[in-house]
Amino acid sequence: MAPAPVLELDSVTGGYGETEILHGVSLAVKAGEIVAIIGPNGAGKSTALKAVFGLLSLSRGQVRLDGADITNTAPEQVVRRGVCYVPQSENIFPTLTVQENLEMGAYVRRDDFRPRLHEVYELLPELAERRRQRAGTLSGGQRQMVAIGKALMLEPKILLLDEPTAGLAPKFRHEIFQTIQGINRSGTPVLMVEQNARFALTIADRGYVLVDGSNRIDDSGPGLLANREVAQMFLGGGWADG
Amino acid sequence: MDQAYGIFLYVISLLTVGGIYAVLALGLNIQWGFTGLFNAGIAGFFAVGAYVSAILTTGPSEHHLGGLDLPIATGLAAAMLASGLVAWGIGRICIRLRSDYLAIATLGIAEILRLIFKNETWATNGARGISLIPKPFEHLPEPWNQLAFMGLVLATVALLYVLLEQARRAPWGRVMAAIRENEAAARAAGKDVDRLRVQAFVIGSMLMGLGGALMAHYLKFIDPNAAEPLTATFLVWVMLIAGGSANNRGAILGALLIWTIWSATEILTTRLPDELAIRTAYVRVFLIGLTLQIVLQRFPSGILPERRMTAAAQRDQPPKPAAQRDAAA
Amino acid sequence: MIEFLNFHLIPGVVLGSIYALGAIGVSLTFGILRFANFAHGETMTLGAYFTLTLILVTGWHPLAVLPAAMALTASVVLGIDRLFYRPLRQSPVIILLIASFGMMLMVRSVIQFGWGVQLRSLRPGMIQQPYVLFDTLRISPKHVLIIASALVLMVLMHLLLTRTRIGKAMRAMADSPELARLTGIETEKVILVTWIVGACLATAAGVFLALDTHIETLMGFKVLLPLFASAILGGIGSAYGAMVGGLVIGVAEELSTYPWIGEGPLLAPGYKAGVAFAIMVAMLILRPSGLFRGRVF
Repeated sequence: MAPAPVLELDSVTGGYGETEILHGVSLAVKAGEIVAIIGPNGAGKSTALKAVFGLLSLSRGQVRLDGADITNTAPEQVVRRGVCYVPQSENIFPTLTVQENLEMGAYVRRDDFRPRLHEVYELLPELAERRRQRAGTLSGGQRQMVAIGKALMLEPKILLLDEPTAGLAPKFRHEIFQTIQGINRSGTPVLMVEQNARFALTIADRGYVLVDGSNRIDDSGPGLLANREVAQMFLGGGWADG
Repeated sequence: MDQAYGIFLYVISLLTVGGIYAVLALGLNIQWGFTGLFNAGIAGFFAVGAYVSAILTTGPSEHHLGGLDLPIATGLAAAMLASGLVAWGIGRICIRLRSDYLAIATLGIAEILRLIFKNETWATNGARGISLIPKPFEHLPEPWNQLAFMGLVLATVALLYVLLEQARRAPWGRVMAAIRENEAAARAAGKDVDRLRVQAFVIGSMLMGLGGALMAHYLKFIDPNAAEPLTATFLVWVMLIAGGSANNRGAILGALLIWTIWSATEILTTRLPDELAIRTAYVRVFLIGLTLQIVLQRFPSGILPERRMTAAAQRDQPPKPAAQRDAAA
Repeated sequence: MIEFLNFHLIPGVVLGSIYALGAIGVSLTFGILRFANFAHGETMTLGAYFTLTLILVTGWHPLAVLPAAMALTASVVLGIDRLFYRPLRQSPVIILLIASFGMMLMVRSVIQFGWGVQLRSLRPGMIQQPYVLFDTLRISPKHVLIIASALVLMVLMHLLLTRTRIGKAMRAMADSPELARLTGIETEKVILVTWIVGACLATAAGVFLALDTHIETLMGFKVLLPLFASAILGGIGSAYGAMVGGLVIGVAEELSTYPWIGEGPLLAPGYKAGVAFAIMVAMLILRPSGLFRGRVF
């Protein structure tokens, strides 16, 4: 019997208070994978991530981590179970230094975090150079690195990224995607929401297309890239972005 | 018989002072209930109105400005004008401030005003205050003088109530409600939100000035610490909140109710031996404060204007988790 | 020049140190709990009165009883948070504002009830000869005490914020409470530490103010405006901003009465409170984030 996926959303339905945004969304991330969630604006992509992190009220469905039910668990607990989430905005502590941001990332660790700190610096060398710099003074791309590095400090079972390249210049987007691949190669599965759908699919093992809060298509990364319907959906949308 | 008469006079005074506080509460309601502005400096506008009317209506004195002997009606009108002007100045500068900052700013203004009234002794006789302020109807025999004054105050309250209810239903009131519901939409629709807010601030402050003037004439005396400023400001807030905010009727009822409780407890404490009496004053303040905390915890949404959150309150809310702020992607 | 230093600059630094200590608590509460704590002045007053009682009971030096006074004050503050602020954690900020406004009066009434309202001296009968430096500088021992103690406390504060896990968590939460929560930081614990630190510093500020002037039940309220001004000037949420802001406001207040032009003071002493207010309003209009770019709301 195949091991349970690292993360599973099973027919998840819910939203903020009374507004239902997700209507029975299902997806899974298996060990070692990069999975992308793509779709038009308002499709509920980011909301799907927040569902994992207990930031929504789910009326139906289950969220499972390594087979265990973590539906509607509070964010503080979800972190401690090994799920790290990098929000789209406000994802670093601007007045803290790069190193202090990473230290905060390790807050729930009870052991010595310094070995992990070295590892993260190796994965993200640009951060090592600027470890004493206030995070708020960094460029957009570097800040995104700090946000990701912070999430990595816990050696999470899975990394959730919400639009990691949002608002970044193309050069930095490329860098971020390479970083994500590097992280994945070192053993961390990644679930990411991306507006730059085409770019995301080139590094993703699999992808899910969400439209209006429901699953539309899911396939392998290359499969989706070649899919005519998907291409049409994004004409003038994310597809146009490089 | 004497005791009944005493109680009769007491009730008249309750209604009179309660009525004056109702005027203050109605003014605060315009600022808070209609518009969502947190004014922590009610005492300042109160004092401006009181002093202006006092100075204009008193006879000549070597201790303070005066000698104009103007009719009381003029004094009252001037009081409203003066508070309105001060409010306009402050509003122009501070109206865009978030509620914490507006509260601090208005508190500061009230304190500065108090210092002015205390230090500029050439005008105000400083801490010794202005006395011999003329009182309407004071030439009538008792109890008619008291009754007439009470009638004046209650008539004012009634008139203001009618006017404010009209305003609430009129286009002006509807625009204010629209701003409360959705400030962004109102701005987009071309409404000059800041100017309207300043208007509300000014009108509310004018009422507070009127209240101050009425009190000055009632007591025939005013000094910088009349009605210990902070307690006065606080009492009006409790009155509005206890009465049910954003509600003109609630403002009036709250004022009468809280004032009666406040005054009655004072009577009780004067019956105690001196040493204890002083201390129970503090107990009263404590209990009113405690009552407020209980109301805040039990009926938080009842406190908020129109039982919905004003746009200003929404803006000032502790930011929801980033999750809820970015709408569905 | 001598007059300038002895009667204006040095008192300004003393006052500024007091403001700095008080403002740190205000700034941190503002930044982490998101509301202006109107009752903070009263915390200072309470701390001073606890110290007074401890001195009367033990006969020791104020600094010796200060830790105990801090512990007492912090306990009261924690109790207040538990009973009156924690239930309102999720409420709109305006509600908290009203609650703290009410709290201000409640605490003051308790102090007035317990200790009475007459002016008192923290160390009655204490007459001190000023130290004379360089034949011109005259500085009284109590001022040396205040400035030195304030410096020590500020250094300790700095160490807390930069060398300890909880201190960094405090700064993180001041930056972004939502992200702190997502990062797994125990927000309630940080809040408790914030209250404790604020209360301890406020106690010290209250004691130093009492040493410098006298003890009376309105002393905290009277400095509330300068405290807010200092916090806003320095940038909400930044302890360092509060330190700098406090010093600036204190010095500005004392310098305002110096005869800069002509014979009389530039500003009548009765209006010193206006200086802090004017600076604060100017700051809010020109640069609301403050000198150290704290939060803008």
